[in-house]
Amino acid sequence: MTANVIEVNNLEHSYGSVKAVDNISFTVKEGEIFSFLGPNGAGKSTVINILTTLRKIQKGEARVNGYDVAKESKSVRKSIGIVFQMLCLDHEMTVCENLEYHGKIYSMPKKDRKNRIEELLKLTELENKRDTLAKDLSGGMKRRLELARGLMTKPAVLFLDEPTIGFDIQTRMRMWEYLREIKREGTTIFLTTHYMEEADQLSDRISIIDHGKIIVTGTANELKNKLGKDLIYLETSDNKAAAEVLRAISSVKTVTEDTKSLRVMIGEDVTHVLPQIIERIRKAGVEITTVNIKKPSMDDVFVHYTGHDLREGEPQEKYEGMETAGVSE
Amino acid sequence: MNFEFRAIYWRDMLKFFRFKSMLITSLIQPVMWLAFFGLAMSESFDQLTSLVPPIEGVQNVTYLSYMGAGIIAMDVLFSSLFGGTSLMFDKKFSLLRETLASPVPRAHIILGVGLSGVTKAFIQTSMIIGFGKLIGMDFFLGYTLTETVFAIIGIFLLVAVFTLGFLFLSGSIAITIENPEGMQSILTLLSMPLFFVSNALYPVDAFPAVLRFLSMFNPLTLLADGIRYFALGNNFSVMGIHYMYTPADIIVSFLGLLFFALAMLATSLWRFNKVDV
Repeated sequence: MTANVIEVNNLEHSYGSVKAVDNISFTVKEGEIFSFLGPNGAGKSTVINILTTLRKIQKGEARVNGYDVAKESKSVRKSIGIVFQMLCLDHEMTVCENLEYHGKIYSMPKKDRKNRIEELLKLTELENKRDTLAKDLSGGMKRRLELARGLMTKPAVLFLDEPTIGFDIQTRMRMWEYLREIKREGTTIFLTTHYMEEADQLSDRISIIDHGKIIVTGTANELKNKLGKDLIYLETSDNKAAAEVLRAISSVKTVTEDTKSLRVMIGEDVTHVLPQIIERIRKAGVEITTVNIKKPSMDDVFVHYTGHDLREGEPQEKYEGMETAGVSE
Repeated sequence: MNFEFRAIYWRDMLKFFRFKSMLITSLIQPVMWLAFFGLAMSESFDQLTSLVPPIEGVQNVTYLSYMGAGIIAMDVLFSSLFGGTSLMFDKKFSLLRETLASPVPRAHIILGVGLSGVTKAFIQTSMIIGFGKLIGMDFFLGYTLTETVFAIIGIFLLVAVFTLGFLFLSGSIAITIENPEGMQSILTLLSMPLFFVSNALYPVDAFPAVLRFLSMFNPLTLLADGIRYFALGNNFSVMGIHYMYTPADIIVSFLGLLFFALAMLATSLWRFNKVDV
């Protein structure tokens, strides 16, 4: 039996006239790692803030661990762990004290706190840093401490908002290892990211989110397979003419004209189709200058579904800015 | 019954004793007030008022002892009024996020911070009384042991309520204001009238009527009066001015402070419940 740990129906959220979340529905099953993949400002943080009851729900419905986020916020809060996008450890307290404080504010009995701290120090390999002040830890260790803190109360769901933002690839890969280990122990994980590899490597299922909407949801493989089996990049002397020729071939799924090259998605094994493609283009009197074959990556998936590169979304940081702490009237 | 406020208190005290600079300055500050301001002022006041004939049949009190009560009030005022600043930094550097996102009721955060402020105020009050006695402050003169203990409990009670009031006020400002400069200027602006329109350091008897009237409602005046009642007795004169307190006066002072603290508690609850993470 796999219950839904998170259920979201027709969620909408606006900041003034800007619609940050636009009619989103999805579910997260017990024990899975579910990712929201999208550029900055796509609405990922807003969704996470609503699910963690940090932001009041405006329209729609959301349940976490069976509790309504609007009406049972206290029960929701007790069921979840959060790793925020920004580091927020108390730098003047030691590793142990940070965990101890967290256990105390969640009213954990002393004995449980002690046992849990030992388990988590082991899991995050911070055992020999237990009495180190948080400010003296490396960036990766700080993040691991936050991870441990988020798990302190054995939450039903762990929310991670851009957990590896700004880290080098080694640190990130290690972080993924810890997250897989946490999943193995049975914790459901909901994470947002704008790193393709992160969503690809880590998640059981991914939702691509852009401009406040979920564009598509599926496993990494499903998403990639929807694009076709293989991808060919062609550069020719006349891209327009070549595209026309390609569109007439039955095994070609889609042809996209980029500035310099043609992106051709093939429904079958490319090794059988390529000779035919080259021949047909030549016959049409078009010279092929470069051929490049690859398997579709999450990048390609993203471009295919959103029509733009993930990096092009960068300047839209205006929603994020509104999500810093402050008093709302 | 929930006890989450104890976690907030625990963290605050842990950091208070960890930051040696904070700990030491908060211990030295009251001593400095007494040593420099107190001794200098009392010498000049005593000289200026040496010709004033003492009132017959009433115990005459030195200015230092009179002012000692005011120094306690003032020192506690400043540390509680600026005590909320740490909350603002906690908010600014996202430290508050973890707590605000937890199931802890906001009231517990306020209560935890308030209690740690009271603890610090008790430490400072003890420092002033202890050091004051060393340099000749006549607190608890002629009291029996029981009377002294009773007087100290009375002083601590007043100090606690007063501290809570100003911490709640300071916390409300801290959680509302976004930048340290703004906070600083508001606090400085507030402390000015509180400090001067009170009888903490000098009698208000010669004040213009308006200021004298206003001073009656100043929490600093209420606290200073209360401390004097407990430390110096209900009938004494200083610099030719006769002070008489009845228990009713002190109950009014206490209720005034309590009202102030409750009003500030309501304000801080209102502000804290509006905070977004």
